[in-house]
Amino acid sequence: MENMTGKVWVLGDDIDTDIIIPTEYLAMKTIDDMKQYGFSPLRPELAGQIQKGDIIVAGKNFGCGSSREQAPEIIKALGIQCVIAKSFARIFFRNSINNGLLLIEQPDLHDDIKEGDTITVHMNEHIDYSGKEYPIASLPENLMNIIQAGGLVGAMRKLNGLD
Amino acid sequence: MGMTIAEKIIAAAAGVESVRPGDIHTVNLDKMMSNDGTTHLTVDMYNNQLKHPHIADPKKLVFIVDHNVPSDNPKTAASQKKMRDFARENGIDFWEGKGVCHQIMLENYVRSGELIFGADSHTCSYGAVGAFGTGVGCTDFLYGMVTGTSWVLVPETVKFNLVGKLPEGVYARDLILEIIGTVGANGCNYQVMEFTGEGARTLSISDRIALCNMAVEAGAKTGIFEPDEKAIAYLEEHGRKPKAIYHSDPDAVYVREYTFDLSKIRPVVAKPDFVDNLCPAEEVQGIKIDEAFLGSCNNGRIEDLRVGASIIKGHKVADSVRFLVVPASLEIYKQALKEGLIDIFMDAGAIVMNPNCSVCWGSCQGVIGENEVLISTGTRNFKGRAGHPSSKVYLGSAATVTASAIAGKIALAEDIH
Amino acid sequence: MGETIIEKIIRHNTGKNVKPGDIVTVNVDRVMIHDIFIPFVAEKFEEMGFTKLYDPEKVILIYDHLVPASQLDDTRHFRIGDAFAAKYGMPHVHRSDGICHQLMTEAGYVKPGDVVFGTDSHTTTYGCVGAFSSGIGYTEMASILGTGTMWIKVPETIKVVIEGELPVNVMSKDIILRLIGDLGADGATYKALEFTGSTVDNMSVASRMTMSNMAVEAGAKCALFTPDEKTAEYCDVTLNDYQKSLKGDEDAVYMKTITYRAEDFVPVMACPSQVDKIRDVSTLEGTPIDQVFIGSCTNGRLEDLSAAAEVLKGQKVADYVKLIVTPASRKIYKQAVDQGIMEILADAGAIITHPGCGLCCGRTGGILSDGERVVATNNRNFLGRMGTSSVEIYLASPRTAAACAVAGKIVTPE
Repeated sequence: MENMTGKVWVLGDDIDTDIIIPTEYLAMKTIDDMKQYGFSPLRPELAGQIQKGDIIVAGKNFGCGSSREQAPEIIKALGIQCVIAKSFARIFFRNSINNGLLLIEQPDLHDDIKEGDTITVHMNEHIDYSGKEYPIASLPENLMNIIQAGGLVGAMRKLNGLD
Repeated sequence: MGMTIAEKIIAAAAGVESVRPGDIHTVNLDKMMSNDGTTHLTVDMYNNQLKHPHIADPKKLVFIVDHNVPSDNPKTAASQKKMRDFARENGIDFWEGKGVCHQIMLENYVRSGELIFGADSHTCSYGAVGAFGTGVGCTDFLYGMVTGTSWVLVPETVKFNLVGKLPEGVYARDLILEIIGTVGANGCNYQVMEFTGEGARTLSISDRIALCNMAVEAGAKTGIFEPDEKAIAYLEEHGRKPKAIYHSDPDAVYVREYTFDLSKIRPVVAKPDFVDNLCPAEEVQGIKIDEAFLGSCNNGRIEDLRVGASIIKGHKVADSVRFLVVPASLEIYKQALKEGLIDIFMDAGAIVMNPNCSVCWGSCQGVIGENEVLISTGTRNFKGRAGHPSSKVYLGSAATVTASAIAGKIALAEDIH
Repeated sequence: MGETIIEKIIRHNTGKNVKPGDIVTVNVDRVMIHDIFIPFVAEKFEEMGFTKLYDPEKVILIYDHLVPASQLDDTRHFRIGDAFAAKYGMPHVHRSDGICHQLMTEAGYVKPGDVVFGTDSHTTTYGCVGAFSSGIGYTEMASILGTGTMWIKVPETIKVVIEGELPVNVMSKDIILRLIGDLGADGATYKALEFTGSTVDNMSVASRMTMSNMAVEAGAKCALFTPDEKTAEYCDVTLNDYQKSLKGDEDAVYMKTITYRAEDFVPVMACPSQVDKIRDVSTLEGTPIDQVFIGSCTNGRLEDLSAAAEVLKGQKVADYVKLIVTPASRKIYKQAVDQGIMEILADAGAIITHPGCGLCCGRTGGILSDGERVVATNNRNFLGRMGTSSVEIYLASPRTAAACAVAGKIVTPE
């Protein structure tokens, strides 16, 4: 994967799935119908401000709470290219990989970063910010395989001989 | 010249000896009821548009949350909070989640001979015990709240002479649908529907409520029965006495008269999208349904639940149907618990909800979706009333609705064995 | 070397000895899909190119979040679910019988030692009967429906030992809240929890369910109890040798062990808006409230309603306060009717709704508005979960919640 550069939105610790997309909107027909309500309990204006290619940097336990897969789908639909957090909740992590949304764990960046600044992610190596390098781990192979297949749907289509 | 019972109640409220249709009088209101459909608007007007906001007599007011309860979104919750806070600050009787407003009013407040305004069209129900109840908008309600009075144009009265007795398996619900089908949805515009005759006396208070409740569906200002020993007994059971007992004079003047032979009434259904689009239930038999609703201020009383339970006992709700059973009040729910009716409905797979307006009001709980079909004991079948604009509502009796829930399609109780 | 419960379940399932960190593919014994996600599961399943379910008998579809429907598009989910079930020959569809997690164990779909996944984070609940169960998203569910398998990373285990007798007004809810507070909302992320000790042994399956249910609020992948006689009775099975073996070995390796004395527990609440912001109820006393909610897959069971009824008997809900009671299942509702619990609740003025997720999932059932405060027995108090962002949600046990409803403010259950 190539390096990615983007403008940063900063969120706090324990950003739960009800914040990412409240249950009230979950029965809408499409992700596009829902995405305008992304993050609305916390920052109602945020969904409208995010531009394609932006990056979210958050604290610990990002995506905790429900199994709703609309959460990573909405983040992706809003144009976010990756989420960097101190840590991620388990179900959200799997759902993101399965939908091809890149998640990166980085313990220190969140403490230093200012919203609106720009960072560059060097895949499987480090993040550049303000002249400093923040190291990141590489993804396990089985997860990389799913991402490279374009998510789990792609992987299953391959299994079923469709692609 | 003689007066009808409706005219006598208005005359008393106006403090005059007699009134005639067409007169306009200022009247003292005995009580005023408002629910969560509009109270927040009334409160806004009270707070923002009056120079000297003042309530004439808080004891005359009753606020009832019944339409969206428990609340289904922050907006309705905010409206209800406004209503609750206002009631609390002003010492107004406040009910929340205890039942449909008209049922609560009949169980706890309405007395024969009273004149009552309610900010809900089905306030005409109170004629079941010989009171004059009528629906008003929130501006009228606000005026009444501030002054304790209002003005009324004395309506003409249409006499419905009921003879005979309803056959077994036929209900007051079928009768009122038949009456509306006959006179038309605007057949009694601005008039009073007075139900009288020996047939009227055979009807229970619950039956009478079902009749008066739907008077507005014929355009009437109210529906009314002369209070008899059944009405007095009903009030006594609920710890009250009549304010006054009025009877229509033998020489009272009626604008029209109809006679209905109760023994000839058959199960009927009102088809979408008008209450007077009536047909024999047999005609629509077999139409597939998605939901059935047994409840509302029209047909959610213990008598109706007994009818439904007796039919569904030992049967199951069809897989493709959601059967909502909604007692009209907490008191009715408690009685149904005691009689084992809730058990029967739960065993059959029904959805037993807390007392509220439910799908009759088309919001909150039980709304129907795109192209879905509902058969209902509710008050109205207007286009989109119960949910999606493309959905359809049929109105029938508790028996027809329950039988349909079991069959998965519109059916008659006699088809369920 | 000894094994933890989760290691035994995975070994039994895969036929391989495993250790934490191993990535293995498990065979799935049961799956649960609920109404909110069925349209997405159906769409992904067909997009993936599958034409049949790996085993229709093992797939359970449950309508609970949207029952009764409160928005115009809600019933679309039932229509899509019914069509999917008909197309693929699924015999198990529950359309209005209660909350998915309650039904999975109550209706006998989950047995001790099973591996189960569900499209809901609280799928951890089935650990109460010694099953490995966890929540997943709809894409992953679609792939299980086709393959019957899923990859997992074998989790490390945190052992929680609780010994002794609980004080009178303390319920298992107070224990799990305290534990989440001590661990933090991410303290068990990716980990298995294993509960043991005399307190746990003496608990009903229902009480254990409350704890395994909320384990996900500390991030846990699953939360396991050793199956015992009570489990066998609840699940209507005779425990086989495998199921009997599901206890942590003495020489098993735990990431850590946390020990509590039951006598030290007191009634607690999770304060707005974090599940790990735990305070003793006694320090919150006097805070006025607007509503109380007793229900959910966490605390909507018969013993919860019964505890509430004990407090509410002969009492009335405070003026201007609403008490909403939503039983977790049709069976529980009926039992509560038969035992006179519903009568007590109704006499107290409770609003008793049909079984379902109700207020807990924030779509209907008592949504609140700005400036309102609710005491609730469910599992989450996230910002905006029950209305606007300024609604304050306090999580508590049913006993505490009922006492608050009578008082109209936060009080300890004494």
